[in-house]
Amino acid sequence: MKQFMIFVRKEFYHVFRDPKTLLLLFGMPIAQIILFGFALTNEIKNSKIVVCDYANDIASHRIIDKIAVSDNFVLEQNLMNHYEIEDAFKSGKIKLAIVFPANFNEDLMHENKAQVQIIADASDPNTANTLTNYATNIIMSYQQELMNDRRPPMQIHTDIRMIYNPELKGVYNFVPGVMALVLLLVCVLMTSVSIVKEKENGTMEILLVSPFKPIMVVIAKAVPYFVLSIINLTVILVMSTTLAGLPIHGSIVLLYFESSLLILCALSLGLLISNVTASQQTAMLISLMGMLLPTILLSGFMFPLENMPVPLQIIANIVPSKWYYIIIKSVMLKGLGIGAIWKETLILAGMTTFLLVLSIKKFKNRLA
Amino acid sequence: MRTLKFLLRKEFRQIFRNTTILRMIIALPIVQLLVMPLAADYEIKNINISIVDHDHSPYSQKLTNKILASGYFRLNDFSNSYDESFQQFQKDKSDLILEIPADFEKQLVVENDAHLLLAANSINGTKALVGSAYLSRIIADYNGDIRTDWIPEQSVPPAPTIEVAAINWFNPLLNYPFFMVPGILVILVTMIGSYMCALNIVKEKEVGTIEQINVTPIKKHIFILGKLIPFWLIGMFVFTVGLFGVARLVYHIVPAGSILLMYGFLAVYLIAQLGIGLLISTYSNTQQQAMSLAFFFMMIFILMGGLFTSVDSMPQWAQWIARINPVTYFIEVLRMIVLKGSGLKDIRMHLIIVAGMALFFNGWAILNYKKTS
Repeated sequence: MKQFMIFVRKEFYHVFRDPKTLLLLFGMPIAQIILFGFALTNEIKNSKIVVCDYANDIASHRIIDKIAVSDNFVLEQNLMNHYEIEDAFKSGKIKLAIVFPANFNEDLMHENKAQVQIIADASDPNTANTLTNYATNIIMSYQQELMNDRRPPMQIHTDIRMIYNPELKGVYNFVPGVMALVLLLVCVLMTSVSIVKEKENGTMEILLVSPFKPIMVVIAKAVPYFVLSIINLTVILVMSTTLAGLPIHGSIVLLYFESSLLILCALSLGLLISNVTASQQTAMLISLMGMLLPTILLSGFMFPLENMPVPLQIIANIVPSKWYYIIIKSVMLKGLGIGAIWKETLILAGMTTFLLVLSIKKFKNRLA
Repeated sequence: MRTLKFLLRKEFRQIFRNTTILRMIIALPIVQLLVMPLAADYEIKNINISIVDHDHSPYSQKLTNKILASGYFRLNDFSNSYDESFQQFQKDKSDLILEIPADFEKQLVVENDAHLLLAANSINGTKALVGSAYLSRIIADYNGDIRTDWIPEQSVPPAPTIEVAAINWFNPLLNYPFFMVPGILVILVTMIGSYMCALNIVKEKEVGTIEQINVTPIKKHIFILGKLIPFWLIGMFVFTVGLFGVARLVYHIVPAGSILLMYGFLAVYLIAQLGIGLLISTYSNTQQQAMSLAFFFMMIFILMGGLFTSVDSMPQWAQWIARINPVTYFIEVLRMIVLKGSGLKDIRMHLIIVAGMALFFNGWAILNYKKTS
C-alpha cells in the first residue's frame, strides 16, 4: 500500500509539473459549461424574415405589427417584389417570407376567406417548420381576434402546467448534458494519453520491470485524474447552481457517487484505449475523432433518442453518457433517490466493470 | 523548391508508413458520416403520453381516441390517478400527462365550460412546448367537432377565415440529412485537418527531431509548408470522399450549386484551419497539451458553429464567439451551396472573412513559431 501511494504521488507530480495541461484540465470543463450551458438552445429566436405586402391594408398591417413584436422574428426591410425572395434566401439573409396578396382585407371581410402565403427556406428543416408554425399561430390569433365578439359555446379550456422547469430555460437541459459530455471525454482523453505516453517514451518498460504489480502501475496513473475530475465536478456544480441557477433537488452524496461512477467508467475506457494502442496519436484519434461526435449525438441531450432509427438507439445504449445524463437529470432536477435510478446505476457499474476487466486482460496479453 | 519536394516526400512517407493512423483518418470520418446524420433529427414525434381519465364517459373516450389517432403521441399508460402517472414522469417514461376531470362531459354539455389539465415534463423546454402545442391543437379540434355535433351550422354566422398556404423551398420534403450531412462533413474535415497537423508538429518537438531540422539550412516557411501541404491534401481527399461517396451515394445529396466554388472555399478554409493547428502546435510542448487545446477548440467549433443549434438563436455574446469560429462560416457556406445553389456573390463575405482568418492564424503562428525555436 505504501508503495502504491508513492506511485500515486509520482503521478501527481507528473500532472502538476505540466501547468499548461493542468490549466486546460481545469479551465476546459469550466469554460465549456459556461459557454454551452448558456449559448446552446433548441429555441428558434431572432429569425430574420421579410414580408411582401401587396395588400397594404388594415388587416395585413395588423398582422405585420404582431409579427414585428414577436421574439421569434426580426422583420427585415419590406421586399416588394416576389422575385427577390429567392435571392434573399440564397444569400442567407432571411429564413422566411410572408406574402399578402392584394385585396387581403377585402377578401377577408366580404368573402370571409383570404389567403396568406408563407415561404420558408427549408434547407434547415427544423427552423423552417418551427417558423412556419410560429407565423401561422400569429395569423390565427388575428383571426381569433376578429371573432372575439362572438364567444363560442361549449368551450374546453386546457390548463398547462410545466413540471421541473416552469420557465423553460435551456440550461436545464443543456448543463446536465454538457456535464455528461465533458466529464467523460476529458477523463478518457487524459488517461488514455498519459499511459500511452509512457509506452511511447519507453518509460513504461522501466515501470513494468519494477517489483510492483503492473496493474497497480496503471491504477496509480488513473488516481490523479480521478481526483482532478472530482474537483472539476465540484466546480461545475457550484457554477451551474450559482451562475445558471440550476437547482440540486436531490442528494448531493448521491450526485457525487453517480458522478464518481461515470468518472471511473471513463477512466476504464481510457485504460482500455491506451492498452490497445501503441502511440499517443492513435489514442487521441480514437478518443477525440472516434468518440466526440457519437457522444454528443447519442447522449440524448441534443437530439431525442426515441426519434432515431432503432439501430442507433441500440448503439446509444453503449454510450455511458446516455445513462449518466438520465441519472443526473433525475437527481439534480427531479430530486429522485437511488430507488428511481438503480437500473441506470447498475448499467454504468456494469460497463465500468466490463471495461476494467477487459483492459486488464488486454494489459496482461501485452506483457506475455 | 527542391527542398520542399524532398520534405513533402518525407512527410508523405511518414504518414503512409503508419497504416493504423492512415486507415483511421479515412475510416473514422466516413463511418461517422454514414451513421451520424441519422441521429440528428429535431423533429418532435413519438411523444409519450399518460392519460388519467376520471370521467370514463363517451366524451372522454372520444378525446382519447382522437389524441392517439393523431400519430404524434404514443400512449404510455392509462391510470386512475395523477400521482400514478406522475411516477411515469419521474422515470422519464412519459412526457405529458393529460388529466380529464370526473365531470368533464357534464361540464362541457351543461355548463358550457370544461377544464382539462395538461402537465408537461419541461426539462427539455422545446419538447414540452411542442408537445403541449400539438395536444392543445388536437383538443381545440375536438372542441370544434363537439360544437358542430351539437349546434346546427346555420345558427352560427360564417366567420372570417385566413387560409395559410405554406411552401418549403430548397428542401420540400424537410429531409433532415440534407441539412445535417454537409454540416457534419465540415466537422470531420476540420478535425482531420487542424488536429492531425497540430499533433504532427508537436510530435517532432517532443521526440526532438525538430531540433535536427532547425540546424539544417531548411527555411522555416519551407518546413511549415512541408507540414501543411500533406494535411491540406488529406482534408481535400476526405471532403471529396464524403461529398461524392457518402453524401451522393448514400444520402442522394446532389449539390445545387457550383462544385468549383465549393472546392475554392474548402481550399481557403483548410488553410485557415491548418493555421489554427499550427498555432496550437507553437503553443504546446507535448502532444498531450496540443491535444487538450485541440480538443477544447474542437468542442467549441462543433457546439457553437451552428451545426446543431442555430447561431441566430444564441445570446449576443455567443453569436460573437460563433462569428470568430471559422467552422460557422464553412457550415453556412456548404449548406448554402449544396442546398440552395448560392453563388459567389452570396458567399463573398464569408470567403473574405475566412481568407482573413487564414492570413491571421498562419501569420500569428509563424511569428510565434520563430520565437519558440
